[in-house]
Amino acid sequence: MTAFAIRRLMQSAIVVLVMSVIVFFGVNIVGDPVDMLINPEADQEDIEIAIRALGLDKPIGEQYLFFLKNAFSGNLGKSFIFGEPALQLILQRMPATMELALAALFMAIVLGIPLGLYAGLRPHSPFSRITMATSILGFSLPTFWVGLMMIMVFAVMLGWLPSTGRGDEATFLGVTSSLFTMNGLSHMVMPALNLALLKISLVIRLTRAGTREAVLQDYIKFARAKGLRQSRIIFVHLLKNILIPVITVLGLEFGGLIAFSVVTETIFAWPGMGKLLIDSIQQLDRPVIVAYLIIIVLIFVVLNLIVDIMYSVLDPRVRLGDRKA
Amino acid sequence: MSVTEDKAALIVRKPAAAGVETPFMRFRSDFTDSWVATAALAVLCLIILIAVFAPLIAPQNPYDLGQVDIMESRQPPGSRSFQGYIFLLGSDGAGRDLFSAILYGLRISLSVGAMSGVIALAIGSTVGLAAAYLGGRTEAFIMRVVDIQLSFPAILIALMLLAVFGKGVDKIMIALVTVQWAYYARTVRSSALVERSKEYVEAANCLGLSHKRILFRHILPNCLAPLIVVGTVQTAHAIALEATLSFLGVGLPQTEPSLGLLISNGFEYMLSGRYWISFFPGIALLVTIVSINLVGDQLRDVLNPRLQR
Amino acid sequence: MSRFRIVLAVAVAAMVAFSTGAFAKSIKIGLASEPTSIDPHFHNLSPNNALARHIFDRLVHTDSNQKLVPGLAESWKAVDDTTWEFKLRKGVKWHDGSPFTADDVVFTFGRAVSVPNSPSGFGTYIKGKTAVKVDDFTVHIKTAKPYPLMPNDISTFSIVSKKYGATAKTEDYNSGKAAIGTGPFKFKEYVPGDRFVFVRNEDYWGKKPEWDTVTLKPIKSPPSRVAAMLAGDVDMIAQVPTIDIERLKKEPKLSLSQGVSNRVIYLHLDHQRDNSPFVKAKDGGDIKNPLKDVRVRRAISKAINRDAIVDRVMEGIAIKAGQLLPEGFFGVSPNLKPVAYDPEGAKKLLAEAGVPDGFKLTIHGPNDRYINDAKIVEAIAQMLTRIGIKTEVVTMPRSVYFKRASRGGPDKTPEFSFILVGWGAGSGEASSPLKSLIHTYDKSRGFGASNRGRYSNSQVDKLIEDALATVDDAKRQDLLAKATEIAIGDVAIIPLHYQVNTWATRKGLKYRARTDEATVAMDVVSE
Repeated sequence: MTAFAIRRLMQSAIVVLVMSVIVFFGVNIVGDPVDMLINPEADQEDIEIAIRALGLDKPIGEQYLFFLKNAFSGNLGKSFIFGEPALQLILQRMPATMELALAALFMAIVLGIPLGLYAGLRPHSPFSRITMATSILGFSLPTFWVGLMMIMVFAVMLGWLPSTGRGDEATFLGVTSSLFTMNGLSHMVMPALNLALLKISLVIRLTRAGTREAVLQDYIKFARAKGLRQSRIIFVHLLKNILIPVITVLGLEFGGLIAFSVVTETIFAWPGMGKLLIDSIQQLDRPVIVAYLIIIVLIFVVLNLIVDIMYSVLDPRVRLGDRKA
Repeated sequence: MSVTEDKAALIVRKPAAAGVETPFMRFRSDFTDSWVATAALAVLCLIILIAVFAPLIAPQNPYDLGQVDIMESRQPPGSRSFQGYIFLLGSDGAGRDLFSAILYGLRISLSVGAMSGVIALAIGSTVGLAAAYLGGRTEAFIMRVVDIQLSFPAILIALMLLAVFGKGVDKIMIALVTVQWAYYARTVRSSALVERSKEYVEAANCLGLSHKRILFRHILPNCLAPLIVVGTVQTAHAIALEATLSFLGVGLPQTEPSLGLLISNGFEYMLSGRYWISFFPGIALLVTIVSINLVGDQLRDVLNPRLQR
Repeated sequence: MSRFRIVLAVAVAAMVAFSTGAFAKSIKIGLASEPTSIDPHFHNLSPNNALARHIFDRLVHTDSNQKLVPGLAESWKAVDDTTWEFKLRKGVKWHDGSPFTADDVVFTFGRAVSVPNSPSGFGTYIKGKTAVKVDDFTVHIKTAKPYPLMPNDISTFSIVSKKYGATAKTEDYNSGKAAIGTGPFKFKEYVPGDRFVFVRNEDYWGKKPEWDTVTLKPIKSPPSRVAAMLAGDVDMIAQVPTIDIERLKKEPKLSLSQGVSNRVIYLHLDHQRDNSPFVKAKDGGDIKNPLKDVRVRRAISKAINRDAIVDRVMEGIAIKAGQLLPEGFFGVSPNLKPVAYDPEGAKKLLAEAGVPDGFKLTIHGPNDRYINDAKIVEAIAQMLTRIGIKTEVVTMPRSVYFKRASRGGPDKTPEFSFILVGWGAGSGEASSPLKSLIHTYDKSRGFGASNRGRYSNSQVDKLIEDALATVDDAKRQDLLAKATEIAIGDVAIIPLHYQVNTWATRKGLKYRARTDEATVAMDVVSE
């Protein structure tokens, strides 16, 4: 398995490189950051000064090589907009996004798996049908629409929760997060739920689908015939088997939660990385976009690796390493 | 949890009525087992019909700027238009009749959602199967491409396409397919990995069946369940994603709004008291997606070889 | 005895109430866009400049109508054709207690144009000017040619402390280390993406603001900003969407403050190319660019129902425009009125110009830059389609739009034929739009940088250049007005409306709406 992990990480290096090329040239196609950044009163000479200050006067290939050279020494460039190192800007905002993503993932698992199990075991009960129907709502309405609705209902009309922003932080076991204060939690409920809705639906459906199949399989029948307790059958035999697709999808979705909580963060004015990304894309802040996506690709690679390793743990039939047809 | 209820699920399908049963008849009787799914199918058919015949039903062609008048914008439902017809569902911020705009918008949203869903599914599952079955370098290569794809934000893809090719339905479809195929690939691969090591594949190998046959006739059907789940969710998601892209300003041309664009336009009006501009398109989208999914759910249960009831 | 105690208790209660009232005055403001730095010279951008006003002062300040008022300079005058003298205020202290002197001013002139990695500096206002210290409280600023706009230019950038600025980088301002100004507020906290917190400078030389603590929170999504206001999470928000104004007016907890801005929304047309890429004949074939004919341009202007745009698209929150700046600004012409809606007249003009059946046109516009920009573009397309000019609408995010609009065509020429743009006159007078939008494009001399229609009229050019060299205010006013009249007569651009900005505050507060669209805590007052 170690060899497998090492090989995978080496492949990842290539992935990161390819990613940087695509993004670097891709952003260049979209537009010119100077048009976003320059004061409208500036004349042509000022515009050229700005282009030089940002290093955009050189051919794009040369710019890329320069970027690459710096990147090897850990310098991913300075943001055009903020004038600070891109990496630092992203890392500064990462905790806010991480806690939101974790809260959403937690909701998805805690709500999704039990509901999905129940719906799968008793597909015809009214509660299951209601659960399934409601879960469809989770992904049929666009996030921005649901988010604003939540703000309208819970913050404006009922006044139960704060409308936007991140709450107070506290430090616990060396980790500083707004998860540790009541104020922080109250700020987090709505954005986390908004982010989690789609994931909850997904988990419910995957769990239900898996359960429905699994209960028909021989090993469950056999376990039943053997007279095992219902709870043991469900939580040991059944759950272990249906978790694979759930874990695959959740693993990926967690990456998505971290990387692209763009809309939720914008609607709830959450000071996380997603908001930084969308602002950077809208203003063509290339160093930040490139650094961001490199980090994201790394996160995805690592998540995929973890997911693959967990397969082999959960399902002995899947062997990692030298698989060849 | 009582065991008896679960046992009910275990009982093999009731013997069919007397007479010979064709696969289609079996499929039909299985499908209509659930009245909810049947109703959803009826609604979905109705929606598709409405979308196809929109130009005949709609009082206005909302895409013809000559027929849309800004002076008639934001009229509440039931007001009379200059041309004499009634704004059944009111008019939007540009003066389009919302009823007509929703009909036309459904057309675009459905075709965008379905087309991009089908293409992404086809590409994704082929690639995912190939990765799982062939293994080795091919798999490594494919899965790393998937990694890149998954880490690439839809808005950036859409923005790049917009900058190079301009706006349009086809560009949005390309963007949606580019975003979505990776999800399918990843899902299919993970299921196929499990299937590949099962005895029946080994048996098929021993029989000397061709790779293609093993892949598509044996492995793929057994990966269908999670695929259909992801598929129905993603098709719905494609429509919602198109709305989000419109919300971010990189969606479809604004003079030919899709349902998603109507919703993202309506979003601005949510706090303003002109509820109809965001409410009705939202309801239309909701009904459409819910019925797609109810049908999808039932299809999955009926078609799944491992759920022989 | 017991009575005495009651009186005492009441007195204590009153004092407590009074003191909490007096000491706990803080305000939270929801901003529409996020300032990117606390370094006042890093990025010459409206949100940053508004932010800088809290911590730093300028030599010349501008009031809410962009009229010049004394700032760190008590007075200024032109001592000869090429020298302006600024007399500095005495006794002003930096936030750390050190005195403010002419050295800081001279230092600022060097720093404001040389911040490393600055995406847009203050060179526009500083180049060609040399600051010379005469004594501790007198500065001379010299130019090569007579320069009437000196006080306007000087009002644009913040004066920073030499002591801290000499070694400071942009990061040091953001961390607060170098954010030492003379302004009404002191830096307290900056959480990127989330908030800026300032506390009152008790030693401020000018009028002290009401607020002990100011928190600025960027909330970019407009409905969320409104929701935060409605939920009472903030005390004020900037840029209330026009759509929500009608509803907010009915909210008893809120009040609205409105003011016209210095921004005109206008259409630019292709004056230059014979074959304009987005103008086609009705059958899709090529056509000689009809936009070059002044009658066609007039027809388009007449076909636009500005009242409808103001009323239906802007929901009444805009003022229809007939020139480059609203009434009351320096250099506007008293003779120009908005063109009246006259579709019949428009058709007649089209017929006279030899295109009675119209032609095909594509209008391009941004969809995330100006208030309701995409909707305006669509409304215009409707109106033009009605007089026979079949108009297609293409809108895009500004990240794609502005590059193409400025230099997306061959040889870095403007790509589009007919576009919607806006112009805010940063200097608060008419030379700003005239110089950039109307004057012939001339890269070497810095004229016409945003003249995306490439309008060119030597008579207008001459008037603009003369105005820019005339120190006498009355004469300059006439020259600017004359240039505007000729250009508008030529339909160099088609003005649509002036934006009106709206701020919402909780009841009991009021915002002195600023024409420069800035949101600053000093201008929020209790009623």
